[in-house]
Amino acid sequence: MKTFTYLCIGILFGITMYKSEAASWFRIYEMFSFDSFHMYGIIGSALGIGITITYLIKRFNISSFYGEKIQIPSKEKGWKRYLIGGIIFGLGWALTGACPGPMFTLIGAGFTPILVVIIAAVLGTFLYGLLKDKLPH
Amino acid sequence: MNWIYDPWPWYIGGPMIALILFLLLMVGKNFGMSSNLRTFCTLCGAGNASSFFKFDWKAHRWNLIVVIGAVIGGYIGAHLLSNNEVVAIHPDTITDLKNMGFESAGSSYLPTELFDNAIFTNPKTLLLLSIGGLLVGFGARYAGGCTSGHAISGLSNLQRPSLIAVIGFFIGGLIMIHLLFPLVFTL
Repeated sequence: MKTFTYLCIGILFGITMYKSEAASWFRIYEMFSFDSFHMYGIIGSALGIGITITYLIKRFNISSFYGEKIQIPSKEKGWKRYLIGGIIFGLGWALTGACPGPMFTLIGAGFTPILVVIIAAVLGTFLYGLLKDKLPH
Repeated sequence: MNWIYDPWPWYIGGPMIALILFLLLMVGKNFGMSSNLRTFCTLCGAGNASSFFKFDWKAHRWNLIVVIGAVIGGYIGAHLLSNNEVVAIHPDTITDLKNMGFESAGSSYLPTELFDNAIFTNPKTLLLLSIGGLLVGFGARYAGGCTSGHAISGLSNLQRPSLIAVIGFFIGGLIMIHLLFPLVFTL
């Protein structure tokens, strides 16, 4: 049952990424060119509602559908890994037009070449695991 | 019923993402897609190469199910809920892209110059997609999250590290598009 719930949430996510065009390389390019409000509207409205939801869950100690306490972990302190890692991610995001969610949506949509991006992204993650202790965090 | 085939405006897409964040929180999970890439490494045996990949991947099985859903959702979105969708980007963006050789701008969902099956015999495009993917995977794990983990979940929880990461995403994106694209795509 839980597996089915996760699958449905994923399907909803995939449809949303495709239909809102957040999975389109063109929309990412347009966002970084500041030519349209579309992507800013998507992220901004998701964030406005997201902040409200997160606040209400914490404020009223709302439990999950299964009656458990909802854990929202804080990010580790620091700035180097976030800034440097963020810039590296941003370079790749703009080049491929795909972040780690939408790239899977695009397989389903039938764009086979996205598999090259996914395999390379797994390799990039592996490379980080190898170099982790040598990088500033 | 033709509206069902239309692209969603931002004021539908954004609230839907917030709904997905809400649903994941309510089933006791957190929204973050890039951690799946780490799980893939572990499944491929990367635990032998680095302790970073030695973790109980079964605790992250739920997120792999979400990914399978995202693939199915992409199929449904593209093949059942769309009619040959063209992304209506701004005319100025179309002009810019055509000047860089993206003839498909304004007439397709993804640029055919990068995502048509013909690229499998084009070494330059294969190299660009590979470099881009490497940067996405490496950067997401280095920063501890991607667009979903930082820009949506992290910022919704008012986390300063996430704000720094999102500023980084934008610095990287702006460098790529304004400084590197003119070099890469006009040569």
